[in-house]
Amino acid sequence: MNDLAPVPAAKGCRETPILKERGQREVFCGLTGIIWLHRKMQDAFFLVVGSRTCAHLLQSAAGVMIFAEPRFATAILEEGDLAGLNDAHDELDREVGRLLARRPDIRQLFLVGSCPSEVIKLDLSRAAERLTEVYAPKVRVLNYSGSGIETTFTQGEDACLASMVPVLPATDRRELLVVGALPDVCEDQLMELLNGFGIDTIRCLPARSIEADVTVGPNTVFALMQPFLGDTKEALERRGARHLPAPFPFGEQGTTAWLRVIADEFNVSDEVFEAVTRAPRDRARRAIAQAAENLNGKSVFFFPDSQLEIPLARFLTRECGMTAIEVGSPFIHQGIVGPDLDLLAEGPIISEGQDVDLQLDRARAARPDLTVCGLGLANPLEADGLSTKWAIELVFTPVHFYEQAGDLAGLFSRPLRRKGLVAGLSPRLEAAE
Amino acid sequence: MKLTVWTYEGPPHVGAMRVATAMKGLHYVLHAPQGDTYADLLFTMIERRNHRPPVTYTTFQARDLGSDTAQLFQDACQGAYDRFKPEAMIVGASCTAELIQDDPGGLSELMGLPIPVIALELPSYQRKENFGADETFFQIVRNLAKPVERTARISCNILGATALGFRHRDDIQELTALLYDIGVDVNVVAPLDATPTDITRMGAAHFNVLLYPETGEAAARWLEREFKQPYTKVVPIGVNATRDFLAEVAGLTGLPCRADESRLRLPWYSQSVDSTYLTGKRVFIFGDATHVIAATRIAREEMGFEVAGIGCYNREHARQVRSLAKEIGVEALITDDYLEVEQTIEALQPEMILGTQMERHIGKRLGIPCAVISSPVHVQDFPARYSPQVGFEGANVIFDTWVHPLVMGLEEHLLHMFRDDFEFNDEAGPSHHGGHAPAASAQGGAAPRPAAPPRDISEPEKVESGEIIWLDCAQKELKKIPFFVRGKAKRNTESFATSKSVREISVETLYEAKAYYAR
Repeated sequence: MNDLAPVPAAKGCRETPILKERGQREVFCGLTGIIWLHRKMQDAFFLVVGSRTCAHLLQSAAGVMIFAEPRFATAILEEGDLAGLNDAHDELDREVGRLLARRPDIRQLFLVGSCPSEVIKLDLSRAAERLTEVYAPKVRVLNYSGSGIETTFTQGEDACLASMVPVLPATDRRELLVVGALPDVCEDQLMELLNGFGIDTIRCLPARSIEADVTVGPNTVFALMQPFLGDTKEALERRGARHLPAPFPFGEQGTTAWLRVIADEFNVSDEVFEAVTRAPRDRARRAIAQAAENLNGKSVFFFPDSQLEIPLARFLTRECGMTAIEVGSPFIHQGIVGPDLDLLAEGPIISEGQDVDLQLDRARAARPDLTVCGLGLANPLEADGLSTKWAIELVFTPVHFYEQAGDLAGLFSRPLRRKGLVAGLSPRLEAAE
Repeated sequence: MKLTVWTYEGPPHVGAMRVATAMKGLHYVLHAPQGDTYADLLFTMIERRNHRPPVTYTTFQARDLGSDTAQLFQDACQGAYDRFKPEAMIVGASCTAELIQDDPGGLSELMGLPIPVIALELPSYQRKENFGADETFFQIVRNLAKPVERTARISCNILGATALGFRHRDDIQELTALLYDIGVDVNVVAPLDATPTDITRMGAAHFNVLLYPETGEAAARWLEREFKQPYTKVVPIGVNATRDFLAEVAGLTGLPCRADESRLRLPWYSQSVDSTYLTGKRVFIFGDATHVIAATRIAREEMGFEVAGIGCYNREHARQVRSLAKEIGVEALITDDYLEVEQTIEALQPEMILGTQMERHIGKRLGIPCAVISSPVHVQDFPARYSPQVGFEGANVIFDTWVHPLVMGLEEHLLHMFRDDFEFNDEAGPSHHGGHAPAASAQGGAAPRPAAPPRDISEPEKVESGEIIWLDCAQKELKKIPFFVRGKAKRNTESFATSKSVREISVETLYEAKAYYAR
């Protein structure tokens, strides 16, 4: 069934020299991942050990994006904790005790390290071990770092999932593990498709609750649903699991290619693959075609944000007719986004890291039709006459797999449609007498 | 360690950013790790600013900690100077940088930049956002203001307006007009829209209007001491406070200070009969001290409310709130713990909350109407229309804002009359707040209807909608769609099904419809 596999670009971007930059980075830190992780794991609580800045970040990120009864909080370090006047560990134990007493529904507690806790070298792994002893088996306590000095935005999810891997029960069964915190609606669609293939031993990491027995072992194969899960991939490989490299499941082609890799691994016949995917594939194509009308022939510039940039550039260039000018990513794991780089036609600058002022100079000089960037940059660029898409929405909105492919294209086309609709608002230049 | 869910104030360096972003020609070099740039979005998204805050972050990472973060800071300073050519710079550290003790002040001094560079010492683990703004503004004034000759005409400076302030933009406009009206010129407004050069000539004013004590008091006190400029103590928010403010200015200047009240509508609106229903409404008031004090007076003297309790989150100004509470015979709640505020509101059961965005959330949860009177702010606190709090127009705006969440007088009466009719119910709330329009008609569900409000999520959905049947699986699938677009998805799917003469909606139909309507 070769017609189903996307044809690689004549020359892809895998060998393109990467422009590496270092300077001011206009990105979130890894703590931000808590906003979607706590929604996914309904029995988990995320306790950041940090400063008022951490609490303010979470609030600002959540406040702009969702309103929810939070299952996260910040234990704010105070002067006393820093000066060693109090034993910070005693303080932490006390706060955790209060928290768990107040929230009996909590089954998993993540102690999340921050910049200040890393700098003062507060050992949260020790704390997690100690607290696990106290609260097991009712509550499992794990730790990871979401600090800005170590993680960029989506890497927080990576660090969180990687912290869960060592405690997953072992198995020798042949199982498929799909990795990444996706909205339930996407995950359910995926299960439908995989069940249609006849694959039934499927586990998800993270699971919606601690009760779901996610296991891992040498006969586990795993597929990543997000490109930013490098540490989790390595942790799973250390447990003997095998990674199935594939382009990421964005758009019709991406989803098909991603499913194809799994189908091949599980010896799914072409007939079955075709029967299961034909209708949704067709729908996805039609939905993309409608949404992409405004995108065709337009140029796009990605600022680094979530590490989704390379797979999304592949989607926009191959399925929506756009041209990429620059594709910036905070980190580029060749082993993970390699298949997407192969499919991304040569041409764009591929950049890693950021010096935001230099990159803004490049964007302003290139004047792309659409700029994908963070919330801090979007309005200033709009004021310069550029159209922008907030990158963060790509992480918060269901965008994976066939049924969301049209929505994904729509996220990019909406700013352009809007610009057209309100074009008459620009100041009218009266002709001089 | 203190467990915090939501905070009323950010860290002190965010206060410094509010000053830097308010000003023009000033640049802030902040020694901070990756991620602290989140604060930019407060200004670009919540306040909809069309430029980036003038802040350069050094963005150090773990690998830099072993090497030379001091060099990184100096490079960032030089880079910021070369690129932005500011008239002056402020330099400081965020919470993490404070721990590594690089001394931004000393480092920048060594560089010998040809502009004033002002070092900020903002203790991140002790103080908060308002202190950060107040201290930053004070340091800027202390370093830049020079003794100059007084203006020939009577003039004043207006102190305390910052970026991300609650209605600061419009308050300044209203206050400037009011002062002009009584014959007082405005010499400098600061920090909002002031340049470092403007700061140097603040000494020319005859007195200062301290509009927001939270962010301007330290500067006002210093200017009083150094330049013998008295400052006003009454904040002109509300009818009576505005009149008192004018009297205070008259005392300071010897001018008659009679302002035109012809556009002031609050008194008549409050006296007219529809307002009878406002009588004795029990309100709980919480926010920053300045706005709480003003709101308490308006509530009691101008709206005829009963004040059930008051409080503020900023301890720096708690004393006045305590004494006001004592004066009116209620408890003062001085706390920055959101949960404590929630408990107090739950216990007091007021009919309305006058609070911040945080209390708006509490109000939503408890089903109590809330009007926002103070920071912390959200995007809806920066309306497109002119809506000051200060002066006579401010009083008009406040009347409308506070009445809006309540059921209007005559409507309340009618709701009460018809409460037992099946079309009505007590829970319906005011008719001018969406979400209560009649349900879709039986003919294919095409009637326009606002998206389902959050509380509908938990209610069982009716399986039948007109003649179209939702199959269980499709029904379940529909529930997975976020509530704020679910109504639309449902309508679209039903009209799609109707157009295709499909009577039973399956998951397949749902997604066929989704693809059909994809945009």
